[in-house]
Amino acid sequence: MSRVGIVIVSHSARLAEGVVELAAQMAPDVTIVAAGGLDGGPGTDFDAVSDALATAQSGAGVVLLYDLGSAKMVADLAVEMLGDPNAAVVVDAPLVEGAVAAAAEAQSGADLDAVLSAAAAALAVPESEVDGQGGVELLLTNDVGLHARPAGLLARTLAGLDAQVDVAFGGRSTDARSPLGLMGLGATGGDRIRVSATGPDADEALSRVRALVDRGFDD
Amino acid sequence: MGCDAAGVARAVRAAAELVTAHRDELVRLDQAIGDADHGENLKRGFGFVLAALDQSTPDTPGAVLKLVATTLISKVGGAAGPLYGTAFLRAATAVGAASELTPDLVSVALQAALDGVVARGKAEVGDKTMVDALTPAVEAARGSTVAEVLTAAAAAAEAGAESTIPLTARKGRASYLGERSAGHLDPGARSTSLMLRAFAEAAS
Repeated sequence: MSRVGIVIVSHSARLAEGVVELAAQMAPDVTIVAAGGLDGGPGTDFDAVSDALATAQSGAGVVLLYDLGSAKMVADLAVEMLGDPNAAVVVDAPLVEGAVAAAAEAQSGADLDAVLSAAAAALAVPESEVDGQGGVELLLTNDVGLHARPAGLLARTLAGLDAQVDVAFGGRSTDARSPLGLMGLGATGGDRIRVSATGPDADEALSRVRALVDRGFDD
Repeated sequence: MGCDAAGVARAVRAAAELVTAHRDELVRLDQAIGDADHGENLKRGFGFVLAALDQSTPDTPGAVLKLVATTLISKVGGAAGPLYGTAFLRAATAVGAASELTPDLVSVALQAALDGVVARGKAEVGDKTMVDALTPAVEAARGSTVAEVLTAAAAAAEAGAESTIPLTARKGRASYLGERSAGHLDPGARSTSLMLRAFAEAAS
């Protein structure tokens, strides 16, 4: 099966390779190519991006993600030079979360539009109003609450589980697998969050989250 | 001068020399509000342009402009590569296969270059970018000879570049500085005015 390919355009070779490393964990069968740096230093390399586009193209199309403004211009230019607007698309998405989301979607065999949507959706923090019912209430005992590191740990602790897990605080709710969404709730030490889960592994998911919160996120 | 391929190549060489001579100034300007690479990037890029012109002599003005475009796109990192590359590429397309540039063709090429830069960079007048130099240059680019057109454009670009000093940047790396970007001449607007000045002098 030919899958949608992904190109990571960055000013930094190491940043591009790091994003590829992370996204590849989600997608062993997707061609994800790094195009970062220029002549060994920072910059974006049009020729490298064009080569990466060719490598990532298997016929199903290519999604390009970028870091800073001029990387977008180089990516746009490389796509424009292809002369086929359906062959590759530059997507506005957060580089890391967008790449991971795009890789996971491409791995499933989704088409170009679906992969683009998955990457672009990583931009919007999933959030919904909740009624405060259901799930378990947990007290955050660490000082920083759901700040970056704890939010990342919480999202990671759910890896491999078949369960939809939501975290609610202050009248809002987010997918527990979205570190940005968790941080966006603004829950700090001393706050109580409500965690709910559905799906075959719901019980295991709740017990993992409870254990992590009870340990104070290992702070 | 004649505005055939050789004349346009001479104008490009003049621009390369002027930009290279102002490398340190452009670095200083970019140090104040950007990442300090504009002067070096352009010097380096135009170095490759000169080498490419030494290697081959394209036989139409459009082909010269296209060679400049592809070289800058490939060799210049940062926003300047794709932006100037796009400008030269659109100008090349605008003049087509003409063997000699007329005053009208030069005006049309400048307009096409501006349109390309705006499409690529999404900047508007007042955002503190090269668009602030190129837009008035296009508006002023009228005359009965190519030299007149380019001289008018260069003067307008210089005034346009100066007008960026009090502005707060809304595009590019400088926009991250917010109000702290005010009080500095935009390096991209400055390099645009330098290139147009070199073109004007080469045509006169």
